[in-house]
Amino acid sequence: MERKKRKVPEINASSMADISFLLLIFFLVTTSMSVDKGLSRRLPQPLPPDAEVEATKIKERDIFVVKINSMNQLLVEGKEMNVRNLRAAAKEFIENPENADNLPVKFQEEIPGLGLVEYTKDHVISVQNDVDTQYQAYLEVQNELVAAYNELRNEYAMKRFGKTYSELDEDTQKAIQKLYPQKISEAEPKNYGGNK
Amino acid sequence: MAKIRKSEKRDMPTINTASLPDIIFMLLFFFMTVTSIKEVTYKVRFIPPEATELQKLEKKSLVRYIYIGTPTEEYRKAYGSETRIQLDDAFADVSQIEDFIVRERESMDEDEKNLMTVSIKADKDTRMGIIADLKQALRRAYALKISYAAVERTSY
Repeated sequence: MERKKRKVPEINASSMADISFLLLIFFLVTTSMSVDKGLSRRLPQPLPPDAEVEATKIKERDIFVVKINSMNQLLVEGKEMNVRNLRAAAKEFIENPENADNLPVKFQEEIPGLGLVEYTKDHVISVQNDVDTQYQAYLEVQNELVAAYNELRNEYAMKRFGKTYSELDEDTQKAIQKLYPQKISEAEPKNYGGNK
Repeated sequence: MAKIRKSEKRDMPTINTASLPDIIFMLLFFFMTVTSIKEVTYKVRFIPPEATELQKLEKKSLVRYIYIGTPTEEYRKAYGSETRIQLDDAFADVSQIEDFIVRERESMDEDEKNLMTVSIKADKDTRMGIIADLKQALRRAYALKISYAAVERTSY
């Protein structure tokens, strides 16, 4: 027997667009577009409670002191400074291009991947802030210091390999990190005659 | 010579909308992948500070957030307008942070525990006193990887 071909009834899909629009709008409302970005830092290991505060053996020339007061003013190495000049000052300190006497000691050392290089191994940047310092001012200082390191690394990568730092492979990046180790130390918070 | 127009009324050709749902779905999926569902409802108001050397926070599952700012309008009556810390959905004290970190770390996978990053989302006008306290608490809790949330600076 011959069967008559039956037509499948078509589903009306015209409301599909509306439904998906509704879903779309729902997701637009409940989600946030913001990508989380931030200045990454590493905190130092906690001090054991019974540890004595060691007398620091860092030489005067190896340390770069940045103080921020409660009015968000900067005192860099005993001199007042605008935050915009901090990056250049920090770069000069870390690099010590002219081997100056008042800037950190340079050491010659073999770094795998880079060969014999001269760099300021023991330099330390010390950031001290007041309890009343504004967060924005503090972050700006941190930002400038990190920027100084990033620029130095980038410049070195450009000079040596002709590439930006981020284009290099991981091993070379590690080597350059060793050449310009990020040493930003933050003093244990002190209460400078505050109200606490 | 110019063509003579037919006076006959022409039908507007209907636009085929059969592919419209597909297009919208595509949009939907795009938004679903690039956005993330809000972590918490903010009880504090904060305007992030500005910086330039920003790094993206890679894996969302490894990040825990701590919010610092002044309470929003509706909570100002109960909590005052002093700077407060918010953990998850509630106001918290600095002393609770250690517990919070330990608790959060417990719930993470074993091999991810030391990759935990704490994102500090603080208002730009916050005084450093509270942030120094917070950092000390994080150090005691061994949450050493931190990130100061900030937005890209466009100009000085």
